[in-house]
Amino acid sequence: MSALKIAVPRGALFGETLDVLDAVGIDTAELRGGSRSLIFETSGVTLVTVRPSDVPTYVEAGAADVGITGKDVLLEQSDRVVYELLDLGYGRCRMVLAARTGNDRLAEAQRRLGRMRIATKYPRIAERYFESTGRQVELVEVKGSVELAPLVGLGDGIVDLVATGRTLEDNELEVREEIVECTARFVANRVSHKLRAAEIDELTAKLREASGR
Amino acid sequence: MIHPIPPGTRDVLPDEMRELRRLRQALLEVFEGRGYGEVATPAIEYEEVLARGDGRASRTYRFFDESGELLALRSDMTVPIARLVADRFTESEPPFRLCYLASAYRAVRPQSGQLREFEQAGVELIGVPAPEGTVEVIEVLEAALDAAGLGRAVIGLGDADLYRQLLEELGVVGEARDSVLVSLATHDLVGLEEKLGEAGIGSERVETCVALTQLRGGREVLEQARGLGGEAVERAIARLSETYEELERRGAADRVQIDLGLLRDLGYYSGAILEVYDPALGHVLGGGGRYDGLMKRFGLDLSAAGFGLYLERVHTAQLEEQGRDRP
Repeated sequence: MSALKIAVPRGALFGETLDVLDAVGIDTAELRGGSRSLIFETSGVTLVTVRPSDVPTYVEAGAADVGITGKDVLLEQSDRVVYELLDLGYGRCRMVLAARTGNDRLAEAQRRLGRMRIATKYPRIAERYFESTGRQVELVEVKGSVELAPLVGLGDGIVDLVATGRTLEDNELEVREEIVECTARFVANRVSHKLRAAEIDELTAKLREASGR
Repeated sequence: MIHPIPPGTRDVLPDEMRELRRLRQALLEVFEGRGYGEVATPAIEYEEVLARGDGRASRTYRFFDESGELLALRSDMTVPIARLVADRFTESEPPFRLCYLASAYRAVRPQSGQLREFEQAGVELIGVPAPEGTVEVIEVLEAALDAAGLGRAVIGLGDADLYRQLLEELGVVGEARDSVLVSLATHDLVGLEEKLGEAGIGSERVETCVALTQLRGGREVLEQARGLGGEAVERAIARLSETYEELERRGAADRVQIDLGLLRDLGYYSGAILEVYDPALGHVLGGGGRYDGLMKRFGLDLSAAGFGLYLERVHTAQLEEQGRDRP
């Protein structure tokens, strides 16, 4: 049988993901070397490095057997069928509703128009959240630097992921409501989870131990 | 000029059509050779009639006809065949063995690679209770997979009633139960642990439930599950071992994987449930199981079991497997 393929997220989760892989005996030295390669054969497994938001896509299709990505990505792509096996605990951050510091445009829009304009990279999480709290919003989807939106009048507030809060502060934004807390998760393809049960169970157990859960 | 077709639909050209025809033929020969007669039903039916079977499956296409009747496109063949049997075979002596090769329709999310119009090949065995009926259906499924050239395919065998009964036994009811079942159905173990924790059943039981969903493999799984205890588990194990032992007796258990984590999202399942996998494909090839309460919804109290394979996926897996065999 071919080596187990593991989707590794580049970006914010990359460093800690490599640490946890090292801890379970998967040598990640090559990935740390700044190589431009996207595929690495190491310690009997194949590591493929992809954008965090692509991890569910690769895993759902079986292009990777298992993978690691943020809960924010899984929530945003909740219609992708993957098995969510483990909360790895790291990469902790919060999905929040934020608006300009000391400015009540958000509340004003809600009170006067009964409707807020919200810029976000996470339209589905935002939509579900406002729907479940009984508020009407107009969602504006942007692909990057969402902090900019309220500063130039694209929306009354934003829904975004916050780790330390520095970016918000730098852009004179403040957290108004917390939506959900997100951490890194270990996920598996539905078919691999059945057909490579022993390997995946073993890896899950090691990861559980390594992440102290 | 470009004339688009809706996303999730497709044209089939001669080369593929020839391969698909061979595949259909091979499957039909298996089904008919085992006494399953082929039937066809309309692709559109009264919405109310289909909803009687699947309780208004959320992905069904519905529309009004010229006289204002609410119609629906069938989203599988199990419900239309239940209707057909209940209407036409009331005077006949069960069991009934029927098979089909037919298109069905489901709403999909855009850009997901899923098909809105897809073909299913399957059988319905009506009037043979568990375990004999289940075993017969699994044997037909194995023969169908062999005929398709999928010698490596594996059949997952689970129990649809396990968690419903287990949660009842643990006193998890109402909304708490529903949210636990959602976590189970979406395979979200982290959420499952969280929600069971919120239901206040004690951390030991939470662990037991989560561990239970991860049990899959051969006969040893039944012993492991028994170790986790409880009456609901005991009953599910009894049902599963009955089926598995019969499969073993007939030499048909080798490619069956007992899986206590299986949960199919269609509302009509009870008892045994099946899922089909092939190592060459990341998607499930098909599934099935028992639906002993389904015929009753159409006024005929008969047990039933069956399976449906997604023909396009079986074809893709077939091509992959053939590619593997070539050096």
